[in-house]
Amino acid sequence: MGTPRLAVWKFSSCDGCQLTLLDCEDELLALAGKIEIGYFLEASSRQLPPPYDLSLVEGSIATTADLERIRRIREQSRYLVTIGACATAGGVQALRNLASLPEYQAVVYARPEYIDSLDRSTPISAHVPVDLELRGCPIDKRQLLEVITAYLADRKPDIPAHSVCFECKLRGTTCVTVAHGTPCLGPVTQAGCGAICPAYGRGCYGCFGPMGGFNGEGGPNTRALLPLLRRDGVAEADAARLYRTFNAEAPAFAEAARQATEDDG
Amino acid sequence: MTHRTGRLLTVGALARVEGEGALHVSVRGDRVEAVRLEIYEPPRYFEALLRGRTYAEPPDLTSRICGICPVAYQMSACRAIEDACGIVVDGQLAQLRRLLYCGEWIESHTLHVYLLHAPDFLHLPDALALARTDAALLQRGLRLKKAGNEIVEVLGGRAIHPVNVRLGGFHRLPTRAELDHLATVLRQARTDAEDTLGWVAGFEFPPLTVQHELLALTEPDGYAIDSGTPTGALAGPFPLRDFEHRVREHQVPHSTALHATLDGQAHLTGPLARWNLGSERLPAEIRALAAQAGLGPRCVNPFRSIVVRAAEVLWAVTEAQRIIEQYEPPPAPAVPVPPHAGTGYGATEAPRGLLYHRYDLDEAGFVRRAVIVPPTAQNQTAIEADLLAFVEPRLHLDDAELTRQCERVIRNYDPCISCAAHFLTLTVDRS
Ligand code: SF4
Ligand code: SF4
Repeated sequence: MGTPRLAVWKFSSCDGCQLTLLDCEDELLALAGKIEIGYFLEASSRQLPPPYDLSLVEGSIATTADLERIRRIREQSRYLVTIGACATAGGVQALRNLASLPEYQAVVYARPEYIDSLDRSTPISAHVPVDLELRGCPIDKRQLLEVITAYLADRKPDIPAHSVCFECKLRGTTCVTVAHGTPCLGPVTQAGCGAICPAYGRGCYGCFGPMGGFNGEGGPNTRALLPLLRRDGVAEADAARLYRTFNAEAPAFAEAARQATEDDG
Repeated sequence: MTHRTGRLLTVGALARVEGEGALHVSVRGDRVEAVRLEIYEPPRYFEALLRGRTYAEPPDLTSRICGICPVAYQMSACRAIEDACGIVVDGQLAQLRRLLYCGEWIESHTLHVYLLHAPDFLHLPDALALARTDAALLQRGLRLKKAGNEIVEVLGGRAIHPVNVRLGGFHRLPTRAELDHLATVLRQARTDAEDTLGWVAGFEFPPLTVQHELLALTEPDGYAIDSGTPTGALAGPFPLRDFEHRVREHQVPHSTALHATLDGQAHLTGPLARWNLGSERLPAEIRALAAQAGLGPRCVNPFRSIVVRAAEVLWAVTEAQRIIEQYEPPPAPAVPVPPHAGTGYGATEAPRGLLYHRYDLDEAGFVRRAVIVPPTAQNQTAIEADLLAFVEPRLHLDDAELTRQCERVIRNYDPCISCAAHFLTLTVDRS
């Protein structure tokens, strides 16, 4: 087998997740020696023909043209990894799934008829089989490097499925909820970021989405967190909004937002 | 960044921050009849999804418009919302915000200079090809870029979509040890930035002259980055609250990005505009180094924007050094910002140009309406005009070469659609 061929694809997104690869300043040159860039618009004007050994897919499916493109990419890719909240849960643009598209379009465009837009923003896995999902808005650099090096070494990447709370303990951060009564989604949020927010004195806002394995096993107990959020001054509507940000359409967070509103009803 | 239409803008366009586009050039005989830059990044409807969120949320939410300049979104959003609430963040907190923004300028400009733009001048497909001929050179670029990222990480928690920014300031202040570490990193960055400026100055620049109106923030005694008065080269200074009357966005059928004009003229924002309107207020030392690199007080060739970016990186490094040297911890990481019904305006200089936000809040602090005008939306009309001027004398080139050169023209602007490389499919209709 020759040098593995990497492809990076973009759908509806901010480019932050693919930028994470270019932000690996210390590792970039070493990586470039081990893997060949077959397709990566943000970094190169050279395109090599398919197939691609490792495809990283950023962004959600948001237009009719995307539907066709993601199928083609799947066919051309041996191993397909989705990167970030957009690709794994529809992203912040999935907030429109809860609203009416014509209303949204009227806010933004005088002539919405010019715009190709599906009425829902959906994750890649809703359309094609995905080999691995990397969480985060944006993804974490170390996790991305772990996926690539594991691929090169032909081993399973070590992507733990525990909550942000574990990472606070690892980092030695005092719990912001226990010590300061700061509302925090850490207990129900997937680890991976290194528990940044609590280390900066802020509650986690869930940008890595619900805790749990790739197939949804070991999902979070969001109901148990509700009374704690309430104690710390989060009203029902606020709790629903908290879950409805960057991972609003991840099933466990969508359900948690429903619980938050219905429990007080 | 983005786009918008007949009404004032919207975020939907923003979404196409970077992304893909196409260029259509229709030619009749030896005349170019029309140039159309198409951006078909899918709309993400930010201006719509902000409605009904509380006033503390737009800094985090709008940062997701662009992973390449999230700090710019956070800073413009904070300024606009604080303005609506009647709060001005000043003193050391304002200095720390400026330091964070300098980090983004260093990181984002260096990314563009080394990884996206320089390969054009060296006739290479990408920066990794550069690594094969001159690894030390690319390493210098990556080290400089990393210095910018380290500032954003220390002040913001992480390099992309920082978590530490809030209305009124920050969640936590940097420690002295963290700032000392940055000071060490910046000493090397200073040398790297000077070398970078010298390097890009030696490139060959195809002739092209900007004919457009220019728009940038200006300040009485410094180079504007995180605040200032919108100022046009022809239009002169005007109050920020008049922005939407002067800069109008309109939708065009071929793009999800809205087009914009200033007083009805195509206008340009970004490095060239900032340089022409503000370089006289840079420290003498920076002006002298820029002059050595061939940059006078005016620069009207868009291909030279790479030199302006390098000079701006050098300035941002020295500005970051100054802020760290003069830093005294403020009494609290943030000043309180109680909600207030009203409208607020905020504009800052994203690396790619002026980024404007407006929010209408109700008395509980909920967002009633949000308007965001990103730099790429403003530059799109000017980019098309440049392409028109550029293509006509080059119609003898074959399609592949003409396409390559047109892509270079577009990359001069580092548009957020820049997805650096071949985001262009050129169709020449030679009827
Ligand atoms: S997940 Fe977040 S960082 Fe990644 S592309 Fe989407 S909006 Fe950007
Ligand atoms: S602590 Fe939570 S919100 Fe903060 S970066 Fe980590 S996952 Fe995202």
